[in-house]
Amino acid sequence: MGEEDMNERYMPLAATIVVFLAIYAFGAAAYNNFLSTLVFGDLLTDNAFVIIAAIGATFVILSGGIDLSVGSMIGFVSVAMAALDAQGWHPLLSALLLVSFGAVFGGAMGALIDACDIQPFILTLAAMFLLRGLCFVITLDSLPINHPFVAAFSDWRIPLPGDGRLSASALLMLAALAAGIVLAHFTRFGANVYAIGGDRNSARLMGAPIRRTMIQVYGLGGFYGALAGVAYAFYTGSGYPLAAVGVELDAIAAVVLGGTLLTGGVGYVAGTLFGGLIQGTIQTLITFDGRLTSWWTKIVIGALLFFFITAQRSIMRSTALMRHPA
Amino acid sequence: MQTAKVELIGISKNFPGVVALDNVDIAFQPGEVHALLGENGAGKSTLIKIMTGALSRDAGAVLINGKPVELDSPAAAQAVGIGAVYQEVNLIPSLSVAANLTLERQPRRFGFISWRKAAEDARVALKRLDVSIDVERPLGSYSLAIQHLVAIARALREDTQVLVLDEPTASLDAREVERLFAILRDLKARGLAIVFITHFLDQVYQIADRITVLRNGRRVGAGPTSALPQVELVSLMLGHELQAVEERRPPAEAKAEGEPVLSVKELGAKRVMAPFDLELRAGDVLGLAGLLGSGRTETAKLVFGASAADSGAIRVDGKPVSIRSPRQAIRLGIGFCPEDRKREGLMLELTVRENIILALQTKRGWLRLLSAAEQEKIASDMIRALGIATPDADKPVGQLSGGNQQKVILARWLVSNPRVLILDEPTRGIDVGAHAEIVALIRRLCAEGMALLVASSELDEIVAFSTRVAVLRDRRKVAEISGAKIERDDIVQAIAAP
Repeated sequence: MGEEDMNERYMPLAATIVVFLAIYAFGAAAYNNFLSTLVFGDLLTDNAFVIIAAIGATFVILSGGIDLSVGSMIGFVSVAMAALDAQGWHPLLSALLLVSFGAVFGGAMGALIDACDIQPFILTLAAMFLLRGLCFVITLDSLPINHPFVAAFSDWRIPLPGDGRLSASALLMLAALAAGIVLAHFTRFGANVYAIGGDRNSARLMGAPIRRTMIQVYGLGGFYGALAGVAYAFYTGSGYPLAAVGVELDAIAAVVLGGTLLTGGVGYVAGTLFGGLIQGTIQTLITFDGRLTSWWTKIVIGALLFFFITAQRSIMRSTALMRHPA
Repeated sequence: MQTAKVELIGISKNFPGVVALDNVDIAFQPGEVHALLGENGAGKSTLIKIMTGALSRDAGAVLINGKPVELDSPAAAQAVGIGAVYQEVNLIPSLSVAANLTLERQPRRFGFISWRKAAEDARVALKRLDVSIDVERPLGSYSLAIQHLVAIARALREDTQVLVLDEPTASLDAREVERLFAILRDLKARGLAIVFITHFLDQVYQIADRITVLRNGRRVGAGPTSALPQVELVSLMLGHELQAVEERRPPAEAKAEGEPVLSVKELGAKRVMAPFDLELRAGDVLGLAGLLGSGRTETAKLVFGASAADSGAIRVDGKPVSIRSPRQAIRLGIGFCPEDRKREGLMLELTVRENIILALQTKRGWLRLLSAAEQEKIASDMIRALGIATPDADKPVGQLSGGNQQKVILARWLVSNPRVLILDEPTRGIDVGAHAEIVALIRRLCAEGMALLVASSELDEIVAFSTRVAVLRDRRKVAEISGAKIERDDIVQAIAAP
């Protein structure tokens, strides 16, 4: 209400948006065709599945946990989609089944983490190996998805002004993002996630349902992971057992670049979109440049991540967000 | 006589190896401030956690207006009108004030939270305490005093009957305390029962109408504040539990002569402990007496290098030394048994043998490892010498009783043959028999020429083994009593003196 200084909780998000705009402005200044709806539309499409997975990871990280099983979940879902396609299933039906599987699988992880007091890192690592192994049980090779619906899905698009277009993948991602924002910021579930991530013990004493929320958080993570797998399968039109290896780490990087604290309790779902787009934009820039290999993307993202976590740390120190009554 | 709003009857609670509460009765009357007092480990926190649904009880009943209620969760306690502000954890600093005040009771429209309405609710709740702040900002950006008031505002609902405050004034300055007390008096006038836990005795006399004193999980005293003068209160808090040891003094001034083994000059740390002097000779037992928060543990830790001093000098055998870490202290022949043996002293998963050889190994350095046979011999010698009740040396320490765990820590230091041994609350949470054995052991070590510094909240114990007593109050050494003058009453007077 007419305050001079900004609420400190918005600072990490603001920093993310500033970095994204700076990188984008750099691209626009350096390359002729960079500032176009075509490039932007493709940016959304190409990064859709990573961002979808990262939205789920945002909830998990906000709660103070971590989910390493996301990449394997994407791989597993894409392979299962292809296998069910070979059995004559309609892709929408198998998508529905697999997304439900993802939610239940994630929920089971959440229940185990809370009930047995297991480190989320190690449990989701186990889940990562389990799901990746299951991919190879289904097939050792890449399987095509031949159903005409998949081709129709990837051809369908809304034209944007200029020569750009908004693909179905991008729309799916934006819808997932909108749902994530509403869940995080306008439901009691979301409020409890922030509370548990902020201070689990206090949240319990304040009457927040810990067990239920943990199941829901990891269930949501699994749901978004499986949804990312569906987007990936539609995007590539195939299932491949080695698909999306390491994407869980890209997702975590997107969350952190998006201004969410790894220790939990602080961050915004919308930030994750920008975190994902920052990674995508750096990739695009390096493609535009043409002289560097795509591995330079990783190097730049590594440097940015390092910069971000140190900057966040000092913001946190100065505003005492982490301070606790003695 | 009014009906008690909340009565706790025969409450008992056991933790592994410790009796936290033993058949405690207490009743909280409406319109009264009830001070709950006791030393660390007396059971205050356990009692209020049971009454606020954060812990389950092993036995007993909670009655509200005479009717038994089940309090199996914090939410259940809130539902029957019991609100609490806990000491260490209360709210979530990263969330906004409004989110903290409305967690799990946010106003919703069509299933979605209305943050505008939530902020309004928050402002109304704070208004009741005369606090007016921007509720959108994170709680952590406000001072601790404001954070405390927000916590109280959360605990206070329209239907709150009992408000429990655990050490609410520990981090407040005098002006903030006055403000809090004004609020408490106002709430009291509205008919609330207020349970006030503190270690500041002057505050008890300022605000409390009634006092209950807990000691080692038992109720040792209760009554209206006017009927309990401060000296009697201190005496109650410091306990009378040493019947098992006969009133025999150590051979007074027999051995404690010659050069001091350890001498401390003007040692202190800002906000922790005012500079103090201590001298320990071979055969000395210097008791550290004082109430909770007087600086007993702080003194012990400063001498041992476990917390950093910012002034003062330490001499060992007359030579100036620098002790900046426990490691240096151990190498100089100083041993330390901490107050919280589970958290700071023992490796509960390691075996009795491994725990016993730990300090000796540290002293020797890791290049000169003790052989398995040596370890075995040292451990079994100690188990025999101290009478540690364990089937063998390879049992994990976590499975022993409290008294035996304490003996394992003592054994650890004894095998490294220290010149100075610092014990912080060596008899905390152990049963009466083991208690007497530990006291006898302290006397024996003293007779063998060791110098000991022993902090204890039990006056009778201090009187029984000390050759000299340093009295602490408000983080300051206020007196030193020696020789024949060591009497319980003198120490109580020194502690309670204004």
